[in-house]
Amino acid sequence: MPDSLPVDSVGIVTPQTYHFETPIELACGQTLEHYDLVVETYGELNADRSNAVLICHALSGNHHAAGYHSKGDRKPGWWDTCIGPGKPVDTNRFYVVSLNNLGGCHGSTGPNSVNPATGKPYGPDFPVVTVSDWVKSQALLADRLGIECWAAVVGGSLGGMQALQWSLDYPGRLRHSVAIASSPRLTAQNIAFNEVARQAITSDQEFHDGRYYDFNTLPRRGLMLARMVGHITYLSDASMGEKFGRELRDQAYKFGYDAEFQVESYLRYQGERFSEVFDANTYLLMTRALDYFDPAFEFGGDLSKALAKATCEFLVLSFSTDWRFTPARSEEMVNAMISARRKVSYAEIDAPWGHDAFLIPTPRYTDIFTAYMDRVAREVGA
Amino acid sequence: MRADLEIIQQWVKPGDHVLDLGCGDGTLLDFLKQERNASGFGLEINPDHITTCMNRGVSVIEQNLDTQGLDNFEDNSFDIVLMTQALQAVRRPDKVLDEMLRLGNEGIVTFPNFAHWRLRWGLALSGRMPESDALPYKWYNTPNIRLCTFKDFEALCRQKGICIKSRRVVDGQHQNNWLARFWPNLLGEIAIYRISREKI
Repeated sequence: MPDSLPVDSVGIVTPQTYHFETPIELACGQTLEHYDLVVETYGELNADRSNAVLICHALSGNHHAAGYHSKGDRKPGWWDTCIGPGKPVDTNRFYVVSLNNLGGCHGSTGPNSVNPATGKPYGPDFPVVTVSDWVKSQALLADRLGIECWAAVVGGSLGGMQALQWSLDYPGRLRHSVAIASSPRLTAQNIAFNEVARQAITSDQEFHDGRYYDFNTLPRRGLMLARMVGHITYLSDASMGEKFGRELRDQAYKFGYDAEFQVESYLRYQGERFSEVFDANTYLLMTRALDYFDPAFEFGGDLSKALAKATCEFLVLSFSTDWRFTPARSEEMVNAMISARRKVSYAEIDAPWGHDAFLIPTPRYTDIFTAYMDRVAREVGA
Repeated sequence: MRADLEIIQQWVKPGDHVLDLGCGDGTLLDFLKQERNASGFGLEINPDHITTCMNRGVSVIEQNLDTQGLDNFEDNSFDIVLMTQALQAVRRPDKVLDEMLRLGNEGIVTFPNFAHWRLRWGLALSGRMPESDALPYKWYNTPNIRLCTFKDFEALCRQKGICIKSRRVVDGQHQNNWLARFWPNLLGEIAIYRISREKI
């Protein structure tokens, strides 16, 4: 953390764990008898409980979306650029709720939690959860927090999929759904990248069929490779070129296979660091949740039919150089909303950073996000 | 009250589903929502206008008519398709008119009249491309690349079998001008046309 807190920071935040005793039935048919959700909140819930905003995280995200956990923190939460006093999701006006999703590895019940039936970590026995399951658990969390209706459900990437799913599963419980750099379903190419990541993990000798906790080891190599390939899909060719070009770590080629180019050492570093802090089984689970997400499936592939249930207003944003979830994927959502006569606004933001652009403040992105959320706040009297 | 908004409003039925091509800052859609409980969308490409629309609660889609077309909209999916002061700025106004009447039962089009006496006079006298309230640009930076006169537009409609249901003429400030009713193609600065497909 910087020496003093930035004025537009939510400051020091403390996560809270909510324990749920009522069993939750999941899409796969299994039931979790009880579970925990780790949650952070920023801002104050107003008297009529109308100013709550739910933040949904993406593949490797968690509940820590804004602020710092301690003065020693090097970096703030993952979406600190957009959440805080005077930021697009303005904590002077909104009560912001951010959780670690079920199946995560940062405190909410997931594969690395102890399975009460065996006294050991769940590992591969943890059920594969879906975006719908997450939304269901988030609705139960809203009940616990006394929030009948969200002013907005907001997310980027996989988080945007949750924002969309909310509009279909609990239409009466949100006023606005904000889906940024998201997609209504994965393409074959998206699934292919996920499969490479999963193969990297499951073929690691230290994976032990997902029971690596029992062997006191971690599939570090596999998870590192998975993160490396994932990371490439989050950046654009241009942004990688800008950041690394063909720069070498030393002056000349060494005619070997060690990391000689800066981009290689960067990817290795990112991968290694990630493999120490993220759970491999959670990575498998999150990628599968992505693969399965397809709200149009039960409507013969027609998303506009699925959207007939939705009543909220939508904001959809895409980024020009995002090739993981291209603007065309966002437009697919928008066109389905138009066809279903839902209220929707859409913009494609020119930004060079690929998929990661949703985490990086650019003037137009910040302007639009701020303008839209300002209107949401006015609407709920915040 | 801008006269053009008042005129357009009279042609919109309560609860109509409306598409506004080149919706600007959303003034018209906002007005129609309040006065006529109209629903619908605006298309726009100007980033500042898009942000303003989003802030005032007008549904706006960033979409460029010239490069992206209107293929993503279904036949007869709107009651009315509007296009105010944008027809002269698209590459193929004729095709946009076809699209308007594919998407909607009716269209409302407004555009500046290039045959207004002041423009004729200015060109005749100075030999320079005319400028006016309705056309405040230089020839080299104008977004208005397909200027036409009321007569030109009406000829195109006849050729396409488009029925002109009403026409009203206002001045450059969008105010009613009684003189313009007598000789619109000379005295009218902006026309508001209400069009539909010819009844067979």
